[in-house]
Amino acid sequence: MKYKFVNFAKQLGLFLLVIWTVVSLVTLLIELVPGDPATAILGEQATPEQIANFNQKHGLDKPAFFFSVKSEQGFEWHGADNRYLDYWKGVLTGDLGRSFRTDRPILDMILERYPATIELAVVALLIAVSIAIPLGVLAGTNKNTLIDNFSSFIALLGISLPTFVIGPFLMYIFAVKLGWFSPTGSANPEDVVLPAVTLGAALSAILTRMIRSSVIEELGEDYVRTARAKGLSERKVIYKHVLKNGLIPVVTILGLQLGVLLAGAIITEKIFNWQGLGLLLLDEGIGKRDYRLVQGCVLVISITYILANSLTDFVYRWLDPRIRLG
Amino acid sequence: MNRLTYIGLVIAAVFILTAIFAPFIATHDVTAQDLFLRYASPSAEHFFGTDALGRDVFSRVVYGARISLQVGIIVVTVSAIIGIFIGSIAGFYGGWVDKFLSGYVFNVFLAFPGLLLAIALVAFLGAGLGKLILALCVIGWVGYARVMRGQVLKIREYDYVQAARALGASNMRQLFTHILPNAIQPLIVQASLGMAGAVLSEASLSFLGLGIPPPAPSWGTMIEEARGIDILYNSPHVLFFPGIAIALTVLAFNFIGDGLREYLDPKQRKR
Repeated sequence: MKYKFVNFAKQLGLFLLVIWTVVSLVTLLIELVPGDPATAILGEQATPEQIANFNQKHGLDKPAFFFSVKSEQGFEWHGADNRYLDYWKGVLTGDLGRSFRTDRPILDMILERYPATIELAVVALLIAVSIAIPLGVLAGTNKNTLIDNFSSFIALLGISLPTFVIGPFLMYIFAVKLGWFSPTGSANPEDVVLPAVTLGAALSAILTRMIRSSVIEELGEDYVRTARAKGLSERKVIYKHVLKNGLIPVVTILGLQLGVLLAGAIITEKIFNWQGLGLLLLDEGIGKRDYRLVQGCVLVISITYILANSLTDFVYRWLDPRIRLG
Repeated sequence: MNRLTYIGLVIAAVFILTAIFAPFIATHDVTAQDLFLRYASPSAEHFFGTDALGRDVFSRVVYGARISLQVGIIVVTVSAIIGIFIGSIAGFYGGWVDKFLSGYVFNVFLAFPGLLLAIALVAFLGAGLGKLILALCVIGWVGYARVMRGQVLKIREYDYVQAARALGASNMRQLFTHILPNAIQPLIVQASLGMAGAVLSEASLSFLGLGIPPPAPSWGTMIEEARGIDILYNSPHVLFFPGIAIALTVLAFNFIGDGLREYLDPKQRKR
């Protein structure tokens, strides 16, 4: 019990440490902008007064951090009234600042788009799983046959084809040639299919390979022989016994991949003009140099990613007693 | 090594030779526009047709190999050197150094989705070849560092390293003359997969408009320019050829990496 608690505390500690680092990095990213953000937003013609107003409104007139080290002044201490602490206070109270462009609260802009991205990622996950389980089982139970080699090839293809190649190709075949789906946008419920398949392709390839080797490994276990000996049909052996055990490592990958899907969604959203967080980041944030918005999007996507990973870790430990106790 | 590895090696060789001899293979100037010949279909004059500005797609794909190879090699080399250095320190010194590096620093870099970190860096730094390479190295080194740490942890306990230590070899001598040469194998696998990753990331960032600015013929940029629905409808070749080029290159380096891993790991070979 005590050991379990220590382990949990360690996990939690690392989780908090990672979150702290990510927020800090995102806060300080804005310092990387060449020149100053105000001129980038307001243009070269802006009067010093306009720039001063802008900086004051967005808190950019304060020092960036607790201290600064410059070649002219040397080390200088600025105290607690700085941007780093301001951003932290904002994050903790659910305030990610206001857009440099539209003056809307960043959090509102993000929450508007967040559900679309989650929908895309979850549908992609479901599609990937429903392709990978039958294909992986088929390959694993027919090890080293033509079927196995073929599915391995398909899987490697899925891993190697980038989303921005798969996407337009799918669009070309299913929207342009066959006319089954509308090519872009998210107006109808079935519009999620093409982007989700695009986004899930790589994942289904990875999962297929994992399930294959998992099935091969489990097939060599004693309980499989027992199940066969007591006269179960091969189908029952595979789906009731082998798959149940074989899916444990797959659960981990799924959680890790949900995060990868969130990041990959940025490209997919651009291809299909899917109005999610990724498109917000690209078009409104990076495209219009709305650095505050970029910070917010990067922060929200990273934190979702880290949360998904950590949750999986906990679920995995709970699912598999060997890890829980070990 | 299996058949797919050889296929990978052949494709990779074609890719590298194309990149090196691009000026002799290309049939047209990559930036020469011919506005009377927009979206021409493939023909004897233009093997892969022409794009929105009447530029020769074949020549652009050929020169695109140069950009991909250049980015790939620099990113893999720089990230491998940084990764090997940091990974060896973590593995060799152990203790709090290792706890800090592998327990905290590695985890932070792995906690960020790589592509997102690269996008964020380029978004704030601005686009360009140098910044792109910097961003890809920032996300790339940790893979090598992890592999290297594991290798060093294992190898430093081997008898010959113990013997060297007993004979009074300095830490650096143990690390560089005894441990490193024996730790290199899995890093070759990592480098091959890293090459695929770098080519893919460069194309992804260029596709998002955050990589190498036009008119440079990056494959990602070419796909970005060709993704309009009317272009797909009327002249899919503009999208098709750079798409195939990226897919084949990434596939080739993945085949090589996969094959090498299987070859170097006898446990997997048996299967």
